[in-house]
Amino acid sequence: MNNYLRKFYYGDIPEDKAGSNIVSSSAKSDWPLWEVFIRSKQGLDHKHVGSLHATDAQMAMENARDVYTRRMEGVSLWVVESKYIHASNPEEAGELFEPAVDKIYRHPTFYDLPDEVNQM
Amino acid sequence: MKQVLIDYTLHLADDSLILGQRNAEWCGHGPVLEQDIAITNISLDLIGQSRNFYQYAATLIGNDSTEDSLAYLRKEEEFKNCLLVEQPKGDWAQTILRQFFFSQYQYLLFQQLQNGKDEQLAAIAEKSLKEVTYHLRWSSEWVIRLGDGTDESHQRMIKTIDELWKYADELFSATSYELQVASDGAGIDVSKLKEQWMTKVKEIFSEATLPIPGKTFVQGGGKEGRHTEHLAYILTELQYMQRTYPGCDW
Repeated sequence: MNNYLRKFYYGDIPEDKAGSNIVSSSAKSDWPLWEVFIRSKQGLDHKHVGSLHATDAQMAMENARDVYTRRMEGVSLWVVESKYIHASNPEEAGELFEPAVDKIYRHPTFYDLPDEVNQM
Repeated sequence: MKQVLIDYTLHLADDSLILGQRNAEWCGHGPVLEQDIAITNISLDLIGQSRNFYQYAATLIGNDSTEDSLAYLRKEEEFKNCLLVEQPKGDWAQTILRQFFFSQYQYLLFQQLQNGKDEQLAAIAEKSLKEVTYHLRWSSEWVIRLGDGTDESHQRMIKTIDELWKYADELFSATSYELQVASDGAGIDVSKLKEQWMTKVKEIFSEATLPIPGKTFVQGGGKEGRHTEHLAYILTELQYMQRTYPGCDW
């Protein structure tokens, strides 16, 4: 088991990883990793639920159906190869997120809402 | 009429139960986690179908008959499943090819059965058809993937075609109870499905770069209770609890 997810930061994708490359080997260790998103019946958006291995998009979709929707979890599926997901660098968390901490005025909690508005 | 309808319903139930049991052997042993879950899902779908058929058969038989007594307390020669479903699970190629053969057959069968005169059978067929459509899609893609895959997967498919082809014919050779139920409009004359089945199989095989075998020796008899040695082993395991502790409950 030498599967591990290698995420690249923005602007840092090596040439050989960019673009879709269909892996044809049958060894599991060569199957790419995919992230799965499901929209539930009540939900308006797709939510990340987990990941899985598959050789291509079609197989990823079917695996997602089999692994993640056995208990009526959803009505719509998205799968995306994990390598296309760009993650923020944990080391930059400070500069990225902390400036928002003391700016509570950005929350819409300083308004009196009319009673008719109940979706806030 | 009643006895042939019972036989017919049991035949449909037994096909699903035995294949469900066979596929369940993969549980925890699938080639990869995702496919382990996929084949086990299919297994559960099939066992679900068989329960519906057994429950209906039990109401037709009456007395103290239940879905459990039909699944757990009948003997080998009373089972009316075709030989294809009782063959060993073999390697992944064999499981895939058998599933493809059977799902393609079941798909054509249930498409017609859902319009049959017997309301119960029609309802079960309609309900099961969605599952079967997925089984067929899943297994077709795997046949293509393995046939047109690596040298080894291709060779394994060739070998398994050789092994299973002789059992495919039985799906379409109608027994007397099938013909009688069909003539009453409640069942389907399976011999009329063969051509469509063959067309579809040829389509998938050609995409999978696999050859269609020429005329070969065919083997049947399962639908009339003449089974290969494999069924007894399946039943030994399947029926063990009820035979050892009669009437045991969860």
